[in-house]
Amino acid sequence: MLTYGAYGGRFVPETLIPALDELEQAWNEAKDDPAFALELDELGRAFGGRPTPLMRAERFAPDKRLYLKREDLLHTGAHKLNNALGQAVLARRLGKRRIVAETGAGQHGVATATVCAKFGLDCVVYMGAEDMGRQRPNVERMHVLGAEVVPVEYGTRTLREATSEAIRDWIANVETTHYLLGSCVGPHPYPELVRELQAVIGREARAQVVEAEGRLPDAAIACVGGGSNAIGLFAGFLDDDVELVGVEAANAASLGSGRAGVLHGARSSLLADEDGQVLDAESISAGLDYPGVGPEHAFLRDSGRARYVQATDEEALAAFRRLAETEGILPALEPAHALARVADLDAELVVLCLSGRGDKDLAQVTG
Amino acid sequence: MKTLVVYLMAGRDAPELAEAAVAGGADIVEVGFPFSDPLADGPVIRRAAERALAEGMRTRRCLECLAETHARVDVPLIPMTYASLLEAYGYERFEADARAAGATTLIVADLPAGERPELRRVQLVAPTSTDERIQIAARHTDGWLYLVTVTGTTGARERLSPSLAGLVARTRAFSDLPLYAGFGISTPEHAAEAAELTDGIVVGSRAVEVAEDGPDALQAYVETLRSAIGAGAIIPAR
Repeated sequence: MLTYGAYGGRFVPETLIPALDELEQAWNEAKDDPAFALELDELGRAFGGRPTPLMRAERFAPDKRLYLKREDLLHTGAHKLNNALGQAVLARRLGKRRIVAETGAGQHGVATATVCAKFGLDCVVYMGAEDMGRQRPNVERMHVLGAEVVPVEYGTRTLREATSEAIRDWIANVETTHYLLGSCVGPHPYPELVRELQAVIGREARAQVVEAEGRLPDAAIACVGGGSNAIGLFAGFLDDDVELVGVEAANAASLGSGRAGVLHGARSSLLADEDGQVLDAESISAGLDYPGVGPEHAFLRDSGRARYVQATDEEALAAFRRLAETEGILPALEPAHALARVADLDAELVVLCLSGRGDKDLAQVTG
Repeated sequence: MKTLVVYLMAGRDAPELAEAAVAGGADIVEVGFPFSDPLADGPVIRRAAERALAEGMRTRRCLECLAETHARVDVPLIPMTYASLLEAYGYERFEADARAAGATTLIVADLPAGERPELRRVQLVAPTSTDERIQIAARHTDGWLYLVTVTGTTGARERLSPSLAGLVARTRAFSDLPLYAGFGISTPEHAAEAAELTDGIVVGSRAVEVAEDGPDALQAYVETLRSAIGAGAIIPAR
């Protein structure tokens, strides 16, 4: 049963199927329950700092009317909190007291550790040893928040292996544990669940840009690793005449140069060879350094509703510095990829998801 | 009269190792077609897969390995792999070419019962499977049911999972097919205990580890399992 055209589905060992059924049922009940929406809204407001501002970036893009959706100002410094809060509330409804998660850049790990501290849940985060080295501040934040961070020492030692280990942990502890997956990837219902929890980005951005400009934007643009901030932004404009653009890291372009295959529980577009063996991604940005992508993005690419372009490490670094110098904002290296492609757009009025802040990346940029 | 299934990773030595396993008393040999991201597997089989891939064991080479093994041993051979390989090769083509190379059926670790029912394969059931899922697996399976003894990935455990007895009882209620237990069975004691409850056992990670010491070591290991569960076997009619 594929869920997004030819993509999605559930390609997991039998052990997990009952838990996915249970999660799907809990999600279906929760999304129709006004009390769930109310609780999330309140958490988002009081704990997260929602709504996040929409800010005109006049000096960064003088030839355009560029608006930044400031998810970097959300508590913990990235959009990941939207999803972590929602899934923590779901985990509580499921009676699960232990949370496992994977993290690449560490932002999802920090968001997960944060909600676990707030809700009193046990938290184990798997993180590639390579990423632990380049995202040291986030590892320290997770420790202070009370999470156990488990280094993953094989393969590319990045998000790909961290995700595999988190899933293996879930397989072994599925009766007590909720897997708090951080992007719109993985087996059904995760891609839908994560998208709906991130759709708040697009809902707010749509209302805010209409208020500021009196009209819808020409384009909405966001970076794509697994694709959760992009799918959340796109969700606000899918039914509108708005161009949707995703920006991948040039050497992790699962959509731009991938092929159909199965990774981490879903059929999607991925970096794989002709035998279906998954290839290594490579990016300066730990959050984009992943050979797969959410199945809905593959579907949107094929249908032509969204288009996907790339930015190199150097282009992202240049955009990072330019935003710092012209707007006084240090963006995360992930959305710096989206910033790098703004000038190429034909669109005049553009909304860009500034998905996270860049403090974590300083060592990378200055080193 | 219990069935002994031994898992080996495809590779240069696999045909010779399969011969040793059969000489030691294996009734069925599973041949692992390695995948880069094997979610159902613990560290032993994951590392074996990494080595096999580094050795160049891609799908075509694995099929050749299967055919070479088939030429040497006269027991059912079952490729065990992951959906990504079939996606890339084509599900129908994979099934046809595997059977042409000597496979009697397939196991696809991340293609749960109910998905692609037209692909004939051995279905797995787990301690977490609901009765409804066990019935779906029993309806679609090819010859026997693979009982996953543990809630977890492949790999040796200190003792046999206490979940197995309950899973056997629930599965027996829906199926008369042979039930073979695997995951976490590594010692002759585990083997004997599991075989008391089921029609056979599958040994994977430990066999892969022992196979690193060569065919003689593997044969000796398989003999200990064989004698633990008794001679002879019931191979399901095909």
